[in-house]
Amino acid sequence: MDLFEHQAKELFAEYGIPVPRGIVAETPEEARAAAEQLTGRVVVKAQVKTGGRGKAGGVKVADDAADAYAKATQILGMDIKGHTVHKVLIEEASQIAEEYYFSFLLDRANRSFLAICSASGGMDIEEVAHTAPEKVAKVPVSSLTGIDRATAREIAVAGGLPQQALDGAAELIEKLWAVFVDEDATLVEVNPMILSADGQVKALDGKVTLDDNANFRQAEHTAYVDKAAEDPLEARAKEKHLNYVKLDGNVGIIGNGAGLVMSTLDVVAYAGEEFPGQPKPANFLDIGGGASAEVMANGLEIILSDPSVKSVFVNVFGGITACDAVANGIVSAFDLLRSRGEEVTHPLVVRLDGNNAALGRQILADAALPRVELVDTMDEAAKRAAELAAVGA
Amino acid sequence: MAIWLTENSKIIVQGMTGGEGTKHTRRMLAAGVKVVGGVNARKAGITHEGLPVFGTVQEAMEQTGADVSVVFVPPAATKAAVREAIDAEIPLCVVITEGVPVHDTTEFWAYAVSKGNKTRIIGPNCPGIASPGASNAGIIPADITTKGRVGLVSKSGTLTYQLMYELRDIGFSTCVGIGGDPVIGTTHIDALQAFQEDPETDAIVMIGEIGGDAEERAAAYIDEHVTKPVVAYVAGFTAPEGKTMGHAGAIVSGSAGTAQAKKEALEKVGVRVGRTPSETARLMRDLMSA
Repeated sequence: MDLFEHQAKELFAEYGIPVPRGIVAETPEEARAAAEQLTGRVVVKAQVKTGGRGKAGGVKVADDAADAYAKATQILGMDIKGHTVHKVLIEEASQIAEEYYFSFLLDRANRSFLAICSASGGMDIEEVAHTAPEKVAKVPVSSLTGIDRATAREIAVAGGLPQQALDGAAELIEKLWAVFVDEDATLVEVNPMILSADGQVKALDGKVTLDDNANFRQAEHTAYVDKAAEDPLEARAKEKHLNYVKLDGNVGIIGNGAGLVMSTLDVVAYAGEEFPGQPKPANFLDIGGGASAEVMANGLEIILSDPSVKSVFVNVFGGITACDAVANGIVSAFDLLRSRGEEVTHPLVVRLDGNNAALGRQILADAALPRVELVDTMDEAAKRAAELAAVGA
Repeated sequence: MAIWLTENSKIIVQGMTGGEGTKHTRRMLAAGVKVVGGVNARKAGITHEGLPVFGTVQEAMEQTGADVSVVFVPPAATKAAVREAIDAEIPLCVVITEGVPVHDTTEFWAYAVSKGNKTRIIGPNCPGIASPGASNAGIIPADITTKGRVGLVSKSGTLTYQLMYELRDIGFSTCVGIGGDPVIGTTHIDALQAFQEDPETDAIVMIGEIGGDAEERAAAYIDEHVTKPVVAYVAGFTAPEGKTMGHAGAIVSGSAGTAQAKKEALEKVGVRVGRTPSETARLMRDLMSA
């Protein structure tokens, strides 16, 4: 999960990391009140989980409270790379002497962590790394030894930070490591990390990505979930513990196993290219290995409540859970849905393969469920599901 | 001979007394796999599924001669379980558990490296490893394929099963599910190297998916070191940027980690990449019957 800048900074502040004073505002009126409270010049910053806000006009300096009202009016509601701005951070303007870059991140390739530090901050670090790689220090960090003040200072030196910033940067880096480890983060980025006119090193921006797998020991992280931005179907699926991602097509997808479902999306998209309107997958839904009747019913319910869905492709490979059990699950799911007062009116293309596939297909054939079609192979089934979506089913 | 897991492998199960541990121990035993015991510090001394339960991995190895451990403990206990396996220097540790925090995996990997990598770690979040006709450590169905001369390495469980099933008449030496997490022990490259060296493997199927650059690095490795034919499949061409697709590691970040980039990297070094799992199976079938 990615945090908003203001959430990242609130987290930083808890760890004693210097950040500018700031207040979140959701309306121009709140922005004006915040600026009055902060006094003096302020910066109005769009809160969106994407980069390039500045270039898009989402960060503006305001001279006073009235100006903050005007700037917030411009920024709120703005669309930045597909993200609508619902709130702004009103922050005291900082006297910047220099701008640096710093981050801790997960290094998948080396199965380790990496500290990245550069005296060339404030801009796109990938761009700097590309044009002037010597200006970007990449220092591997072992999770066994971690970071102390001395190693933090070495990283700052490697990044080319000037003498007068080293003490402050080392302290900030050591504290960022605490955030990274204690909060189970996979990214903690400060760009820019600034040296202010009065000699203080501060985090002027903050980007944090948290590991969802650690939620069992990070109970307070649930407070960071951005309910407003959550797709309503995704939210409902999450409540039912379904692994669901909403996409923009019209063929509903249910499968077992993340890899197989990802593959199903591709195969349906390829098949769709051949039909008018080019049907595409409407969602990702992995019902896992078990594929019980209840999970199948919950999955179908979510997918059928998506108004853009025209047909559904159930793609199951029977491994540990054999196909007869899956077929019985589908039949029971129809019963369960009927008992909830919902009729399945969309065509369903089912492909069952693997253990006891013949038995599973027989069970479905015998049940004679309305609008259910059995197709033997994944590629043919994808084609049929796309065709049904194309004709509007 | 197969790789890493043979008919002589003796398996213990860490977390055998739990729900998943019990279910899959029973299943492995039914398939004729040599499961010789379990580990649970709080239940040491009892018998479960007809097998002895030991207090530690070390003790289980001393008493049974086990050389493979399969881990089914919950995510919160996985780091400690794997560290214990590393301390006992068991040659192979297969971590099935899904949902392990990446800081924990990174830590036990660093620990394994610091101890000289005496324990090969497969996973976490993986289906395990199967050498058809010989042994099966994890949750891969034992009866969907046969023994043969194709090696398979995959990030995805069900796509592994799909390919094993489609090529069941040709058969496999060993199938390794390396797992869908951002940080994993055994990589595509490790498996490619082992298959290249295995006299009982003639060709290799490699299955990848979006996220990271493991497939690109595997392509570079194939170019340099693999002379056996490789057929590949990559899942996630239509995955949107920034969304995690089921597997914790399956995410396209900006322009990095896309299926297209992986496919191109593999094709550039002469690997044939199937558009669908079935087409991938056909490519391998053509190769083996040529």
